[in-house]
Parts: sequence; C-alpha cells; structure tokens
Amino acid sequence: MSDQVDEPQTVERSTRRTVVRSILVACGMFAFGFALVPLYNVFCKVTGLNGKTDPDPYLYKATEAKVDSSRDIKVQFIATKNAGMIWDFSPSTPQVTVHPGEPGLLTFVAKNPTDKRMIGQAIPSVTPFEATNYLHKVECFCFTTQTLEAGEEKVMPLRIIVDQDLPKHIKKLTLSYTLFDVTHMY
Amino acid sequence: MSTVTDSAEGTDVKAHEDHHGPAKGLMRWVLTTNHKDIGSMYLWFSFAMFLTGGAMAMIIRAELFQPGLQIVEPAFFNQMTTMHGLIMVFGAVMPAFVGLANWMIPMMIGAPDMAMPRMNNWSFWILPFAAVMLISTLFMEGGGPNFGWTFYAPLSTDYGPPSTTFFIFAIHMLGISSIMGAINIIATILNLRAPGMTMMKMPLFVWTWLITAYLLIAVMPVLAGAVTMMLMDIHFGTSFFNAGGGGDPVLFQHIFWFFGHPEVYIMILPSFGIVSAIIPAFARKHLFGYTSMVYATASIAFLSFLVWAHHMFTVGMPLIGELFFMYATMLIAVPTGVKVFNWVTTMFRGSMTFEAPMLFSTAFVVLFTIGGFSGLMLSIAPADFQYHDTYFVVAHFHYVLVPGAIFAIFAATYYWLPKWTGHMYDETLAKVHFWMSFIGMNLTFFPMHFVGLAGMPRRIPDYALQFANFNEISSIGGFLFGTTQFLFLFIIIKCIRGGEKAPAKPWEGAEGLEWSVPSPAPYHTFTTPPDVK
Repeated sequence: MSDQVDEPQTVERSTRRTVVRSILVACGMFAFGFALVPLYNVFCKVTGLNGKTDPDPYLYKATEAKVDSSRDIKVQFIATKNAGMIWDFSPSTPQVTVHPGEPGLLTFVAKNPTDKRMIGQAIPSVTPFEATNYLHKVECFCFTTQTLEAGEEKVMPLRIIVDQDLPKHIKKLTLSYTLFDVTHMY
Repeated sequence: MSTVTDSAEGTDVKAHEDHHGPAKGLMRWVLTTNHKDIGSMYLWFSFAMFLTGGAMAMIIRAELFQPGLQIVEPAFFNQMTTMHGLIMVFGAVMPAFVGLANWMIPMMIGAPDMAMPRMNNWSFWILPFAAVMLISTLFMEGGGPNFGWTFYAPLSTDYGPPSTTFFIFAIHMLGISSIMGAINIIATILNLRAPGMTMMKMPLFVWTWLITAYLLIAVMPVLAGAVTMMLMDIHFGTSFFNAGGGGDPVLFQHIFWFFGHPEVYIMILPSFGIVSAIIPAFARKHLFGYTSMVYATASIAFLSFLVWAHHMFTVGMPLIGELFFMYATMLIAVPTGVKVFNWVTTMFRGSMTFEAPMLFSTAFVVLFTIGGFSGLMLSIAPADFQYHDTYFVVAHFHYVLVPGAIFAIFAATYYWLPKWTGHMYDETLAKVHFWMSFIGMNLTFFPMHFVGLAGMPRRIPDYALQFANFNEISSIGGFLFGTTQFLFLFIIIKCIRGGEKAPAKPWEGAEGLEWSVPSPAPYHTFTTPPDVK
C-alpha cells in the first residue's frame, strides 16, 4: 500500500484537469455554434452560395465600366411575396437584355392595399450561384426597408450592372426578390 | 481492507461487505452517488421513455393503417411524429447508453465508481424534469412541437406553437445532462483505469463510449447554440434564421446537421461496443481485429463532422458541395465495413450458441448492414432528390436505430442482466421476445422502403391509395413490435424477482473484469484496484 499513499491526490488532480479541459471544449463548441453565423455569411459572400448579393450599393466607377458589347446577357426578374405578405409586388418588365458593363434600369411596383401603414423588406437572391458576385446593384429598393402608408403605391427603381468578368458560359441570370412583412420588427 | 485480490479469469472473489450498503427508502434514489444505482435509474427512465415514444408511434401507425383521416387530427399527427422522434432520441436511446456506461464502465476498467459521483446524480436527475417539461407541451394551448424532430426554422420560429419556448428549454436541459454525463465518462475512462489497464486493453464498449463522449461534448453545445438562437429569434427580435431581417433559414439546417450527423453516431457507436463484447463471448473466440475496431470507430467519429450537408442535398447547393458531401459520406462505409467484417470474422468457425444476447447481436449485424446500405443509397446526391423526405428515409434511419441502437440495448440488457440482478433471465421468453421483435420490426420497416421509393412523403397523416397495402403491413408489424416490449418488461421484472442463481461468469466465452466480481455485483466493486495482466 505504501506506493499508493499519494496516488489519490494525483488521480484527483488529473481528473480535475480532464474535467476542466472537457468543460472548456464544451464552452468552446457553444461559442463555435454562434461563430458559425458570421462564418457562414463570409462563406456565402465569397462563394456566392445561396445567391446572397451584396447588401450595399455597388460603387459605379466610370473608368471601369467598359461595355463588352460582344455578349448579350439576359437578366430575368422574379417578385415573390413571403407567406402572409399581402402587398402587390411586381417588376415593370420580366426581363432585360444588357451587355456586361452596361447599366440596366427598371422599376418594381409595390402597393399596400391595406388600411394600415406597413413596412416591407425585399431580399434578393441570384441564380446561378456562381453569377452572384457578378451581378451588381447600383441602386436598389432592397438596400433599405420600404414603408408604405395605407393604400399607397410606390414605384421603386432598380439599377443593375452585370460585371464584365462574368464567366463566359453564363448567358442568363435570375434576380429574385422575396418581399417580407417586417412591420412587427420596427 | 486487506484481503481482496482478484483476477481477470473470474475465480472466486470476496466483495467488500464491510463497506456501507445502499441507504433505505426513496431517498436512496434521490441522493445516491453510486454508479450502479444511477445506471439503473437511467435504464428505467429510458425504458419509460421508450414506452412513451412507442405509444406515440402506435398512434402514428394506427392513423396510417388506412388511407384517409380517421383517428387523429393532422395537427396532432404532426405533434406525434415530432415528439416520437425527440423522445426516442433524447429520452430513450441516449439515456439507455449512458445508463449502460454508468453500470459497466467502472466495472470494466476496474474503477470503484465514476470520477464525479455527485455530478453523475445531477446529470441523471435533470432528465425526468426535462422529459416532463417536453411532454407537458402536448397539453399546452396550441399543442406541442409539430415541426418534426429536426425543428427547421422558420417552421419552428415563425410558425411554431407557443409551447416552442418550453421545448427549447427542455432541449437545453437534456443537452446539459448529456454534456455532464459525457464529461464524467471521459474523466472516468482517462483517470480511473486500474493499474495495467492500458488504453489498448480497454474493452471496446469503453473505447466506443470514450469516443462517443467526445462527440457529445463537441456537438451538444452546438445544438444548445442552435436552440438559443431560435429562442432569441422568437422572443428578442434577432434574425438569425429570419430572411426578412437579414438572416438565413438554410443556416439553421447547417447548424442543426452539424450537430445532427455526429448525433446519429452518438446513438450507434456504443452499440458497436456492445456487439463487440457479445459476439466474441458467444462465438467463444477473441474479437477479430481489436486494433482496427478502435481505429475504425475513431475514423467514423472524425468523418461524422464532415458530412452534415448530405441531409440537405435538396436545399440548393453548388455541384462541388454536393460532390464533396457525397464522397465524404461514402467514405464512412469503409470503416463501418471494417467493423462488419470483423464481427463476421469473429463468428467465422466459432463455437457459436444463440442465447438471447447473441440473437440480438447477430440480428444487429445483419439488419444494421441493411440500414447502412440504404444509407449509401441516400448518400448518392443525384438519387437523393428522389428519396428526400420520403418513407425511404424513414425506413433507412429506423433500420439503423431499431435493430441498431435498440437491439444492441436489448442485447446488452440480457448479457449483463445476470450480473445486475444475480439471476438468470428466462431464456425461452427472451427468445420469444427476440423473434417477435425481429419479425415485428422487419414487418414495420421493410415495406417503408417500397412506399418511399414509390414516392410516399414522410410526416403526412394521409396517403394515396396505392400505398394502402404496404402501410397496413407496416402498422401490423408496428403493433406486434410495440406489444412485444411488454414481454421485455415482464422478463426483466421476473429476473429481478428471482430465477436461477447466476454465477460470477454466466457466459462461457465472456471476457472482461466485470465477470470477476460476484453476481449480483456488490454495491461497491473494485474499491481496491484489480491488477490487470
């Protein structure tokens, strides 16, 4: 037994070390769960995954805007209302054809048919995903929330530019907007 | 405290009767820090949950017995599928494995108890409260969770019932309990092994549980994070998963399955350990390929972190993503195949007998392999678009969970029941239990492959007429499987109350330190560490 006199203490100490480490791992993984949120956003931004476009206006630089007139790109527009959203919401034209580098201008119309003031937020998404980072929005109603008084109708401009570096095999893009009712959030 | 020695060969061992025994009365169970008491409580709790979740499955099968709506409202049907999944995963399977770990790991590694007995008591006693809270949601206004056990946002955030908050807290409590249990198991295995019990001498049940415990502390906190984000979206106006506020519902699926895929291995790895103990015992041969078993388990655990998106092939993923997750998933078949090969090779030319534990283990190997193959079919990304959210998926995961996790738990119960109770169970009844479970389980789940491939969607209370016959068979099988479990309860109670006296080592070919203590195992075992050769 003599060689075991100090053993309980070392076992206790090593047990405590194991426990502290395990708790740290568990806490670290809890934090990692939350870290997945920004990681996912960065990942989506870099890869264009999920068609998430830049939430800020594209800075239009005249020097860069060389129009590549050898290619015609069709850009299609889809307006969807999220479940429970009752505004009228549609693009002025379902499709525009532009050259890369050439701005395309169109409008979306939204109308609040209710007798209450409502706030809407349009969320854009681009397909195919690999084109996401090549479709720039210079002006968009989606950069901010849109407030419509009861019965108000609003014509909202959208100005897009397709990047000259758009991969050659992509000839058609779809820009889809889903309109959410965010009145309760404000 | 002088006399006790022991040997791994299972010769006569005197127990420490000079130590105090269990306290008397109800407070014994409330205050106990004894790993055997806590293990028993875990197992009884899990059995109660197994019957509760099973009753819900019976309601599901009764509704699906015929096409059309006859027994329950669709809203209640949704609550049943959701609660059945949650209760079986978090209430039945996981606590059963923790109970087996509590009972067996200290006895297998020659430790006197778990490393932190008080925390052990706490991690158990959280469970009944969490379960009561979870089940109580069914009686709240708006009903219980109805969004599937995967609780995808925004179904669970924007459209969930008001009771979702209680569901979230129940998940938090279950998670805390699992994490504490896992930390305790890691601390016990790493620090309390008897002298001479090196890592590579540990029984595979101990190894698989060590790896499972690491999976638990790695992913249960991520689940806690996911439900916390849900809570914040529901009550504090954040937009983690709300697209209108800048969040992303697909993010929820990524976070959930980052937890969810390792979670399915949490429910199967301990089974691998159990079967790896039982097959050699009844084949009367050493386990073939012990080292490869350890490395295969570790590889499966590692790969489980890299395959989560195969649950969401249809959300809209770039081709490269689909390919990565497809190949990574298929890769898991390699270490799993190693394990199946080792079990079969252990049986090969063994002197096999088929007592109940071996029957369940043999069925485990065969049926788990079928479930593994349907998993491989699902891993093929282009084909998955056809299988996704159909009964084929239901067939797949029930084939890996029922004859996988649950048969292994049955096998473990019969294998160690003589050690726990000191009596032999009724072998004839146990065999009846096996055959009725085996037939019932296959009748229930095999036809689901066919209706799934033909396009029957899961989680829907009604179905098209052409699925009627197969669903009828499934329901009959389900009722058979369900009622058979009362026989299991009867066999266990009969065994506790009496029966043929069990020797210290009732199974001829069994190996391990747990057989060196008398049956029933004394309240305290290995207060002096055994010497492992």
